[in-house]
Amino acid sequence: MMKIPLAAMIGLIFTASYFLVAIFAPFLAPYGMAEVVGGVWEPMSAKHWLGTDNIGRDLLSRMIYGGRTTIFIATAATLVSFTTGSVLGFTAAVIGGWVDQAMSRFVDLIMSIPTLIFALVVLSVMPVTIPMLIIVMGLLDATRVYRLSRAVAVDINVMDFVEAAKLRGEGRAWIIFREILPNALSPLVAEMGLRFIFMVLFVSTLSFLGLGVQPPEADWGGIVKENKDGIVWGIGAALWPAVAIATLAISVNLVADWVLNRTTSLKGGRG
Amino acid sequence: MGLATRLVVQRLALGLLLLLAVSVLIFAGTQILPGDVAQSILGQSATPEALENLRRDMGLNEPAVTRYFTWLGGALTGDLGTALTSGADISEAIGARLGNTLFLAGVAAVIAIPLAILLGLIAVRFRERWPDKLISGVTLASISLPEFFIGYVLILIFAVKLRWLPPLATVYDGMPFGERLTLVLLPAITLTMVVLAHMMRMTRAAILNVMQSAYIETAELKGLSGFQVIARHAFPNAIAPIVNVVMLNLAYLIVGVVVVEVVFAYPGMGQYLVDHVSKRDVPVVQASGLIFAAVYIGLNMVADIVSILANPRLRHPK
Repeated sequence: MMKIPLAAMIGLIFTASYFLVAIFAPFLAPYGMAEVVGGVWEPMSAKHWLGTDNIGRDLLSRMIYGGRTTIFIATAATLVSFTTGSVLGFTAAVIGGWVDQAMSRFVDLIMSIPTLIFALVVLSVMPVTIPMLIIVMGLLDATRVYRLSRAVAVDINVMDFVEAAKLRGEGRAWIIFREILPNALSPLVAEMGLRFIFMVLFVSTLSFLGLGVQPPEADWGGIVKENKDGIVWGIGAALWPAVAIATLAISVNLVADWVLNRTTSLKGGRG
Repeated sequence: MGLATRLVVQRLALGLLLLLAVSVLIFAGTQILPGDVAQSILGQSATPEALENLRRDMGLNEPAVTRYFTWLGGALTGDLGTALTSGADISEAIGARLGNTLFLAGVAAVIAIPLAILLGLIAVRFRERWPDKLISGVTLASISLPEFFIGYVLILIFAVKLRWLPPLATVYDGMPFGERLTLVLLPAITLTMVVLAHMMRMTRAAILNVMQSAYIETAELKGLSGFQVIARHAFPNAIAPIVNVVMLNLAYLIVGVVVVEVVFAYPGMGQYLVDHVSKRDVPVVQASGLIFAAVYIGLNMVADIVSILANPRLRHPK
């Protein structure tokens, strides 16, 4: 049994419990997601652990369902971003030449606009639905994965076993998926944690701005938006989702740090 | 023409080219997508006649390339068109709001830059000891926090509990400078906390990099104290990377401003953009998107040019 450092262990436990709560939300939430069960902004009590929200829904239940939506969107968007980004990055590195140049310059161009601004521009003409959010966020973020995987693949592409495969006459798909992908996996996995956090923050920000998940569907950014007027009256309901986002982000960070350290030491310092 | 001048000219040309390409991208992003703008403004129940009228008024029947050049020509001469929802002139609305946003970002920069450099120096001076570790821990936490969380916590503490500062930053034209500054202080502090972590960590890395050089060891060996070594020998050589860091983070601040303005109901560019995205007011979104992108690209360009100019190896070619 390998030894897991304390920080990584804490990170793992928190991350795992967030995911479990997200998966089993309907069994764990004490009330329905959109069910009005009490007065407006009731304080914390045995009946409502976190109190109630701006129209009298149970805040704990909203938080649990909200976490489910937020984590689902972030996970799906991370998958979109990694599939597109890494396949395109590997392809660019293997083909090289003008294809690589054209793709890389296009990615430079997209990255020269701040991601949030570009997402807002696109969402102004697109219907704001959950699948659309996942696609827009995933594709915009794929630019970063593209750069990383292209850089890693350029290194691997000149190694002897890849040369051997090329001389054997293997096709490009074989080179990409059977030769490069297995060897590029560890830096990509470490990056995945960071991209996931970015997605959680990104979707929460969009929902907070009212351009993400639409009500009555709950999500963490949206809960902040719904309850923000309470802040001026000293009611902290809007802070709970933010605490959830922050703890999730920090724990995923701790796990990602540990994975990164492990994989780099395994390969003798080569990322 | 010296090497440095040539590099600067190249970088300027690249910046302009990038800006042109970005304008194409922003235009394409809002026009060539499958959704019909006229349909999305009027809704599904619109009559075909109403749709046709709106398309004609917006020039949607023209080919996309013609529309792009009309739009770009207008943008270059300061005419950004009129807002669909209110019919107001976009250039006028943006003029006032851009000033507000730059004021807010400016105040934040005035607080953040000296603070980040000071903290970076302290972290280097006491590296691997508790002040360094404390600063690193706090910055890790602040990177993981969403901007709006920092904003609301500050509102809760300073505006609601302590009542030192107002919770909302609703400035208006012709407000006295002092009053405006009080209103802007809380959002500016929020923005500071958003960029401080990055700026400080990168300053720390830049100085640590210089600290590895041989002349720093010489300075230590001739008996200078820790702070003297940093202030007299390491800092001057780290200025170029630090200026670069500051510029990159100012560009980052431009994005943070969008969320912070919404939190504090501050009438700036960010809130203008967000409002009109939800109203699907495409001309306004294009115009403000273009301005945000231009400021971002401009700051990145300045960062690169400063680091070219500050590099003595490029200034004195052999």
